[in-house]
Amino acid sequence: MEKQFTLASSPHIHSGRSTQRIMLDVIIALCPAAIAGVVIFGWRALLVLAVTIASCVAFEALFNLIVKKEQTIGDFSAIVTGLLLGMNLPANIPIWQCVIGALFAMVVVKGLFGGLGNNPVNPAITARVFMLVAFGSMTVSAFPTLVDTVAGATPLALGTGQSPYTLLDLFLGTTGGAIGETCAAALLLGGIYLIVRRVITWQIPVAFIGTVFVCSFFMEGFNAVAALSMILSGGLFIGAIFMATDYVTSPVTAWGKIIFGVGAGLITFMIRYFGTYPEGVSFAILFMNILTPYINSWTKHKVFGTGGKKQ
Amino acid sequence: MAFSLHGVHVPHRKYTAGFPAELLETPKAVTIPLSMHIGAPAKAVVAVGDLVKVGTLIAEAGGAVSAPIHSSVSGKVTKITDFLLSDGRTVPAVVIEADGEMTPDENIAPPVVNSRETFIEAVKNSGIVGLGGAGFPTHFKLNADPAKIDYLIINGAECEPYVTSDTLTMENRGGDMKVALEAMKQWLGIKRIIIGIENNKKKAIEKMKELAAEVGNDCIATVKVLPPVYPQGGEKVLIYHTTGRVVPAGKLPLDAGCIVVNCTTLAAIGAYLQTGMPLVEKCVTVAGGAVKEPKNLLVPIGTPMAEVFAACGGFVTEPAKVVYGGPMMGITVPDLSAPILKNTNAILALTEQEIRTPKTTNCIRCGSCTNTCPFGINPAEIARAYQKKDAAALKKLELMSCMECGCCSFICPANRPLVQTNRLAKVFLKEEMTKEGKK
Repeated sequence: MEKQFTLASSPHIHSGRSTQRIMLDVIIALCPAAIAGVVIFGWRALLVLAVTIASCVAFEALFNLIVKKEQTIGDFSAIVTGLLLGMNLPANIPIWQCVIGALFAMVVVKGLFGGLGNNPVNPAITARVFMLVAFGSMTVSAFPTLVDTVAGATPLALGTGQSPYTLLDLFLGTTGGAIGETCAAALLLGGIYLIVRRVITWQIPVAFIGTVFVCSFFMEGFNAVAALSMILSGGLFIGAIFMATDYVTSPVTAWGKIIFGVGAGLITFMIRYFGTYPEGVSFAILFMNILTPYINSWTKHKVFGTGGKKQ
Repeated sequence: MAFSLHGVHVPHRKYTAGFPAELLETPKAVTIPLSMHIGAPAKAVVAVGDLVKVGTLIAEAGGAVSAPIHSSVSGKVTKITDFLLSDGRTVPAVVIEADGEMTPDENIAPPVVNSRETFIEAVKNSGIVGLGGAGFPTHFKLNADPAKIDYLIINGAECEPYVTSDTLTMENRGGDMKVALEAMKQWLGIKRIIIGIENNKKKAIEKMKELAAEVGNDCIATVKVLPPVYPQGGEKVLIYHTTGRVVPAGKLPLDAGCIVVNCTTLAAIGAYLQTGMPLVEKCVTVAGGAVKEPKNLLVPIGTPMAEVFAACGGFVTEPAKVVYGGPMMGITVPDLSAPILKNTNAILALTEQEIRTPKTTNCIRCGSCTNTCPFGINPAEIARAYQKKDAAALKKLELMSCMECGCCSFICPANRPLVQTNRLAKVFLKEEMTKEGKK
């Protein structure tokens, strides 16, 4: 026989899972909350989302061109970052700030560290924190979580225990806040989709939100309604379901994920009750991102046959 | 046993399930490599021009861990050539031109077995090696201190997609298996037998339950029905799921008081004890999307793949890969002159579409590899340590525990070549350890 067949290492079949499909699933899961944001905050919200997505993709493409790397926008991860970034911004943010945020996320946080999979912290979260620090004082309206005036005031900025919003308002998202963070119902729907599709597991969202709930419950004098309004407010749902579960910057094992979630929950709780910022989800996730390599090494699986049984 | 080991859900694609084994027409010539087992190659005892019959010894065992090899056809030795094995070694191969008569050797007679020693000797003379794929000489495995053997585990967990030849053995060769089990009970002092089968092989489970009842008169014989999660048939996985025992890293099943024998190997031992005909033919599943009529075929060892595929109507499309064994752990061949070996349980001709993989991206650190690894190894970390050529880190990551089952590569959404990297890293680590030893 002359015909030579392909010689390759096994296995010779693949599950069909792909990075692109996972990113697409995250995009699909974010859609309900993004649509809710546009419905609640109007056409300006849509513009913000469009600008963050377009600039994230453009900056990644440009970066790859400049450093002569293989083009990676086809893996859709830039779209996810753009969408998440936009959903974490208020609808009335100046457009130029969106572009700067996207530049920071894609080039400083992701590209310079080696692209997808190599960034030590989540690009969208880090860009949000960067924008908070950089533009927070310049543009008061940029971050409603910092606003004290009634228009656009968020439940958290109004102070604990005196929220004018009912639990239903908070659940449906008809409150002040960033475009994609207010509608807890839509975020929950997206989270369930991701768990059903096995893109994420339950540990991080449940541990994160659960920890905030339990701590608030005690803090509010065993008031379940106050604790519920605490978890439904601010960026907790979008953070716990979509940002804290970012593969690259969260632990890989089940126990690692629980530690990550509890840690992020504790930090969020402490910032919200004792810190100078009304909201602490972004800082909490960022801090736990940095701890992730350590959590991974504390919680790695025991290899079968070495010492005790596998976890 | 609190937890099951992880694994992956593979597409089973066992289209040939229930197909009876058809006899292949006598091939024109067979090429029999003198190493179809782990260990030292066998030494040829025939020369060019010799006349041989079915079952004639053509090569004797080349050491303690080795196995003799017999002619699978009657005819004339025409050539003794160099043969490149899939692991890169070159060994001699005996080429026999068949006369088409398939005359059995007149010296073939059932072996006289009247002691543990004569039983082990008989298994050795049969040329039987682990037929599940590994090809470890069976007599060497059975020649263990009987006091150390708590369990004999029969491996009926045919977990590789497409392959159905072991299932066929369990469905149809219970009689041969019984003879072998009775002999092993008698001569090896086996007290507990567990037959492990996945729950998607209903008929085999039924047959094996009957067998367990028949041989269970003076020992405990049970059938353990297992979920069809790949790699259920991995030796250490099967031991854990049937007995709850953990084989320590780097050790053999015997260190956990177990001996694992593949069901087809067992049937081959039984057949040899009854007839004295050594292992000269194999039941092979011929499948894959490129094969016109997938079949189970009884094939003389040494038959080139081309003739086996031809007996299945040839190809409907040009195969992209041709594989010995299943798609998860099978070995690719360059062309169809590759012969059927003792440990070949299947040959697959896979189409472009069947072997399609997603685009390779950077590792996204999703953890799927370590979370599906049956042994909890972290292939992504191994890949990073190997890239840095960090032998100490590789050792700490327990690289050598990897059985190369393929779950990590199968599941990886970034399509990283994880198993391949583990293999390369093993070679590197062995070299480093040898260097260290010399210092």
